[in-house]
Amino acid sequence: MIDLIIIGAGPAGMTAALTAQECGLKVVVLDEQLRPGGQIYRNVLDTSKDTILGPDYFDGRTLAQRFLASGVDYRPGAQVWRIDDDGVCFTGPDGASILRARHVLLAVGAMERPVPTRGWTLPGVMTAGAAQIMLKASGVVAPNAVFIGSGPLLFLIVAQYLRAGVAVKAVLETTPRGNYASALRHAGGALRGWRYVRKGMGMLSEIRRAGVRIEKIDSYTLAGRDHLETVDYVVAGQARQIGCDTALIHQGVIPAVQASLSSGCAHDWNAAQVAWLPKADASGRTDKDWLRVAGDCRGIAGALSAQLSGELAALAIAQDQNRVTADEIAARTKRVRAKLNTDNAVRPFLDQLYLPRPDLLAPTNDDVTICRCELVTRGQIRQAVSEGCPGPNQMKAFTRSGMGPCQGRMCGPVVTQTMAAMTGLSPAAVGHYRIRSPFRPVTLHEMAQCAEAPDQKAT
Amino acid sequence: MFEQLKTATPLETVNVTLDGVAITLPKGMTLAAALLVHGAYPLRTSPVQGPDGPKQRAPYCMMGVCFECLVEIDGKPNQQSCLAQVRDGMVVNRQDGAPDIKGDRT
Repeated sequence: MIDLIIIGAGPAGMTAALTAQECGLKVVVLDEQLRPGGQIYRNVLDTSKDTILGPDYFDGRTLAQRFLASGVDYRPGAQVWRIDDDGVCFTGPDGASILRARHVLLAVGAMERPVPTRGWTLPGVMTAGAAQIMLKASGVVAPNAVFIGSGPLLFLIVAQYLRAGVAVKAVLETTPRGNYASALRHAGGALRGWRYVRKGMGMLSEIRRAGVRIEKIDSYTLAGRDHLETVDYVVAGQARQIGCDTALIHQGVIPAVQASLSSGCAHDWNAAQVAWLPKADASGRTDKDWLRVAGDCRGIAGALSAQLSGELAALAIAQDQNRVTADEIAARTKRVRAKLNTDNAVRPFLDQLYLPRPDLLAPTNDDVTICRCELVTRGQIRQAVSEGCPGPNQMKAFTRSGMGPCQGRMCGPVVTQTMAAMTGLSPAAVGHYRIRSPFRPVTLHEMAQCAEAPDQKAT
Repeated sequence: MFEQLKTATPLETVNVTLDGVAITLPKGMTLAAALLVHGAYPLRTSPVQGPDGPKQRAPYCMMGVCFECLVEIDGKPNQQSCLAQVRDGMVVNRQDGAPDIKGDRT
């Protein structure tokens, strides 16, 4: 019998696996990538790009090495598509199967916030995170790209491109001017998290020293017929245009909640992070006893916090399975929580500073495509709302939004916020699509393989 | 346009069939990244038609979320090329629109 299934081998999942193993639990780690590290430490065991990616990246190497050396049952290339109290179904290199355990820990990380604008479905438009993943995992870059958006990751990737000697055509920053003043309310946190602020300032000056100007823009659209051709933007009231074949856009990252939503555990709308977060206590206990969450999928906090939250979650699971007593882990839990508080101190400042413009969260032009898979526009959403469509779940039936292969991962947050903007309701009141398993497209054959799996027959 | 970082050692390649044509792709990267470097994108047209016809699509997130990079790999349709690793002898077909009931695309 497995004690714990961990989904995700990023900083949270790897730390949780090591901690749980230390407490005597039998652990299986399922990860969709072929190598450990998650997205933040993607391909971290490869040392060839260290000078480009910087020390925060290869910090994750020791963890990945310890994880691989630990003997934990690690199954790479496993795509999970169903999580419930009777098991976890996944498709791996040898087909589909089902595993059961007393607890399941989701450590599935974050995704880039979808940023619907005119032209965002054009080939040539990608996320800045996609560019970083290509750099880390494949050593592939896009010279002369235009970077557009806001947030620390945007500037980090620009800096990494410049270190790699890759030409950057322009950086267009969308951070609303008012954010600087409102972020000052959290200046105390910024002071406590001064290391992160100093790192950010360092990145900005590194970009400027390289001769790349960061233009503060009011709005932008992406245009082209079958491929991106131009970025049209407004700066200080004046319309400008840059010709380019690649635009890399970014408005921060949000928790990846498809798996937690599908399990039916409760979620809250978090206004500071402008995202859905699973409801969980400090140790990652959700309202379903068997389901736990750790790392960025329970709220964006970065790689170091993810490791700490993975450690806390594993300790709590070991305690709940009577492998350790509360007394035995009390001192360690307290120490980890204190570190977590220190590491998180800067977060409210960053969340407020890089809060996206409202029209990038909920588009205001009717011709903007919101659901990329089913080509549903903002105008169709507005029409459905005016016809009495009461919520995102019904929006699927009205428009087919959320019913394509991505299953609402990309349009889900946008539909919620667009309906909130149209109705005057809060996103919390509007709600989210009901996400059901299988939460990845699978064949009937894969489902049948799970039904025949030997460890299901055994029970 | 996408390119590989210059490295000291020459990069290995693998043989792949793309849309029935033999090509070589760089080894050791995801299929989506290799196809971008090869210039083989857009990767597909949308199964749903817009007012002005089907839309060209290419990889967007590279992390398994957006499902824009779907291709047929070794006869299996709708595979996320950003989650697949390039392999020697891989047979890749780009997907044009929606398949009919027999699985054929026009």
